Amino acid sequence: MTPLLQVRNISKHYGARMGCTDVGFDLYPGEVMGIVGESGSGKSTLLNCLAGHLPPDKGEVIFDTRADGPVDTVTMSEPARRMLSRTDWAFVHQHARDGLRMTVSAGGNIGERLMAVGTRHYGDIRSRATDWLERVEIDENRIDDRPSAFSGGMQQRLQIARNLVTGPRLVFMDEPTGGLDVSVQARLLDLVRGLVREMGLSALIVTHDLAVVRLLADRLMVMKDGHLVEAGLTDQVLDDPQHGYTQLLVSSVLQV
Amino acid sequence: MAMIELNGVVKTFVLHNQGGAVIEVMRDAGFSVAPGECVALSGASGAGKSTLMRMIYGNYLASAGQIRVAGVDLVQAEPREILALRRESLGYVSQFLRVVPRVPTLQVVAEPLLTLGVDAETAQARAADLLRRLRIPEPLWSLSPTTFSGGEQQRVNIARGFAHDYPALLLDEPTASLDAKNRRTVLDLILDAKARGAAIVGIFHDAAARAEVCDREIDVSEFAPRGAA
Repeated sequence: MTPLLQVRNISKHYGARMGCTDVGFDLYPGEVMGIVGESGSGKSTLLNCLAGHLPPDKGEVIFDTRADGPVDTVTMSEPARRMLSRTDWAFVHQHARDGLRMTVSAGGNIGERLMAVGTRHYGDIRSRATDWLERVEIDENRIDDRPSAFSGGMQQRLQIARNLVTGPRLVFMDEPTGGLDVSVQARLLDLVRGLVREMGLSALIVTHDLAVVRLLADRLMVMKDGHLVEAGLTDQVLDDPQHGYTQLLVSSVLQV
Repeated sequence: MAMIELNGVVKTFVLHNQGGAVIEVMRDAGFSVAPGECVALSGASGAGKSTLMRMIYGNYLASAGQIRVAGVDLVQAEPREILALRRESLGYVSQFLRVVPRVPTLQVVAEPLLTLGVDAETAQARAADLLRRLRIPEPLWSLSPTTFSGGEQQRVNIARGFAHDYPALLLDEPTASLDAKNRRTVLDLILDAKARGAAIVGIFHDAAARAEVCDREIDVSEFAPRGAA
């Protein structure tokens, strides 16, 4: 089987400071990979390099495109990369307002991504927006409301709907449950798990919450000071950590 | 041919944050389990029964040796090969239920089938049948098991572990904290699994249960490194 994403030697420095160094891994279709580490460990830098938001200093991010098979997205043209990020890729930001248009209606937020890939029929767009609002459990009579009138959890679910409406194959998530209260978090986790299973999505999820990765991710990477220090099956890394830093991380979690 | 086969398995824990202490807990562990056979791991508390079982599931990393389940060596396999093995061939009933909060019990039990691509209706019918056999009252099926009593959670966990007919099955104290009727049901589920050809490795503190379902015992303390207590 061809990996959906092959990451090779990705490095990114900010001047003399290190963002991430020599990170590499393969992600296969349908797999969910968690990336954990403390603040400043380079996990968000890595995610942004992979998603094309930041140019890495070196390395390759090879994505298995529908049309041309595996292509290095670091060296592909900007329009081609933008097209990917509107179609086969999705990016869910930690703060929903970074991923939504706050002054456009909920339906418009979902419809925009559809229009970006060529959908023009108003009735189709409206009905697909309605369908997605239902899938993320937002009442359809809120379709004409602006996201600024939504709660934080609803905004996050709307952001997910906006991202998944074009049927992407790879979803990048940066702290998707950060800042949400726990009952909202649980609902979002269940939603993401269901969508991964039904749509066969692959996902990369950056978080510092070990409980979230245990429930969502099949595989786990642990980062420290820009380096990938340990990787493996999520439950194996959490229950039998091999690296000193992972052992410290796991043993530092407060028990509820 | 053996469904589960261990050879020369070694387990060492290195505690980097406690002075780099190296604790060797197991050396040269080896045994095999044929389809239709149920083997009990025995030995005193702390002898390494759970450690060994966790290694067979790929939850603990073996330091050396081979652990083959349905032809896959868990010591060498890539994460995605282990995930596929767990999805299709290797089931595990642990002592603790770990689920996404707020997901209904029926869904929790049906999930292993849904991940295999079984249609929702069939999966839920199978889940309902198991929950009924294990005496979880129907009004509770639409609730999350996180609020259930210890014994109820254990039964939900068992239902989930038996939802798919895994050819290899690991059972960690499956009859603990169950009343007589439910204990009987679980033993029958184990006997049924054996009859359809599942290879089973179990930890049973319940001596009568062990005698009824297990074909032989493996004393894990034989795998203790020399010089260890």
